[in-house]
Amino acid sequence: MQQLNAWFTDLLAGNEIFTANTLGYYADGLATTVQLVFLSLIIGLLLAVPMAIGRGSSRPWIKWPIFFYTYVFRGTPLLIQLYIIYYGVVFVEGIQDTWLWLILEEPFYPALIAFTLNTAAYTTEIFRGAIKATNKGEIEAARAYGMSRAKMMRRIILPSAFRRALPAYGNEVIFMLHASAIASVVTIMDLTGAARFVYARFYAPFDAFLFVAAIYLCLTFGILYLFRYLEKRLLAHLRPQN
Amino acid sequence: MKKLLSATLLGAALLAGTAQAQDETVRLAVDIPYEPMEYRLPSGELTGFDIELGNALCAEIGIDCEWVVQGWDGIIPGLLSRKYDAIMSSMTINDQRRQQVLFSDPYFTPPSAWFVPASSDIRTPAKETLEGKSIGVQRGTLQDNYATDMYGDVANVKRYSTAGDMVLDMESDRLDIVFLDFPVGKSTLLDSEEGNYKVVGGMITEPKKYFGDGFGIAFRQRDEDLAQQFNDALATLKENGTYDEIFEKYFGNKKQ
Repeated sequence: MQQLNAWFTDLLAGNEIFTANTLGYYADGLATTVQLVFLSLIIGLLLAVPMAIGRGSSRPWIKWPIFFYTYVFRGTPLLIQLYIIYYGVVFVEGIQDTWLWLILEEPFYPALIAFTLNTAAYTTEIFRGAIKATNKGEIEAARAYGMSRAKMMRRIILPSAFRRALPAYGNEVIFMLHASAIASVVTIMDLTGAARFVYARFYAPFDAFLFVAAIYLCLTFGILYLFRYLEKRLLAHLRPQN
Repeated sequence: MKKLLSATLLGAALLAGTAQAQDETVRLAVDIPYEPMEYRLPSGELTGFDIELGNALCAEIGIDCEWVVQGWDGIIPGLLSRKYDAIMSSMTINDQRRQQVLFSDPYFTPPSAWFVPASSDIRTPAKETLEGKSIGVQRGTLQDNYATDMYGDVANVKRYSTAGDMVLDMESDRLDIVFLDFPVGKSTLLDSEEGNYKVVGGMITEPKKYFGDGFGIAFRQRDEDLAQQFNDALATLKENGTYDEIFEKYFGNKKQ
């Protein structure tokens, strides 16, 4: 451990920008970015599945509100949504006195809400497409077995729809990681926030931003690898034999 | 013959070059809004202490000047990549910046100050009182550097892209205290929300390591002639009373 420490100190010696102190900002930023993206993706996914089913419903009072929601959140920039949720809410009279303020005071939760609603809207549309593309033969077979709609959804449609949605969803995860870079406009010290801080402090745009770009590349590589593994496992039946 | 021709061409090109340099307007970069140093009137016109002084300087030198609005984050790289020829945007002279740009003589020395809501129980900006509080600063300013180094380990330093965003968060109770150039805090907090905000801890101008030598106009290192012209003009304006006139207009009669 001591050796490692000495090696690290040697490595940083003579480097004015990347001191242990600034690397600490990057490390905190990495933790914040990963938390923010991971949580918003998980919650967004949980919201998206029922909405994707509802989006394909034939009842207009289920179908149209969900359509309206996805239309609004896919139709406006994420930055605007974040501004409205963070700065806009304070214009509601007396909001500081309600329990909502506990959530909205710190920048983390407004950003989490904006990211979650945004990714849920895109994911809903991805899943809806996958559900719609279910082979009609499978549905007819399920009906012939006398399955109820719910059982058919659970056993036949959703499992195959998830598999079909996997590549598109992997893209959405990467987009979300990159979109999270705007969190720094509401004072969150995420990865981009740390890079902007280091840049502003040392007037060294190349060093600060190239370093952070490398971290984003590593994260993206991890996501790509995970989805490639999942596709290989879950879509094995679609590959030619041998 | 060929040699003569190319020499003539070269000479002509050089002549054209100098002629062009004389006609060219000097572009000054400014980051707005930063009241009362630089901001827009409701009519869209740029105004403020820097703008008026800058125009007076250009008139004194006898050149045409044009203002370019540029965000603070990229204001020095923009100068170095020749998007404009000078920065006159409340930029504090310090050693870090001196490595990148050439500064004029200081034209104004503003103090920094801590601002809190009038109802706040913070009485001094001592380290113990600010423990666990949220401090607002504008990203990349000397106040950011100072607050980060002095209070970063005990308080939550929040960095904003514009002073406007920070004031909004101060008004909505997200911040306990903000650290700003005094003139900016005065016009955005003290004057606009009468009685709702106050200064704690007085005017802060030390240590020099952070607060530097006042505001200067920044030029590219090699534009020494241009910087000299501005320095001479500044000296003239201070002598003939124009400087005091503009100063009076924006900061009342109390000279900091």
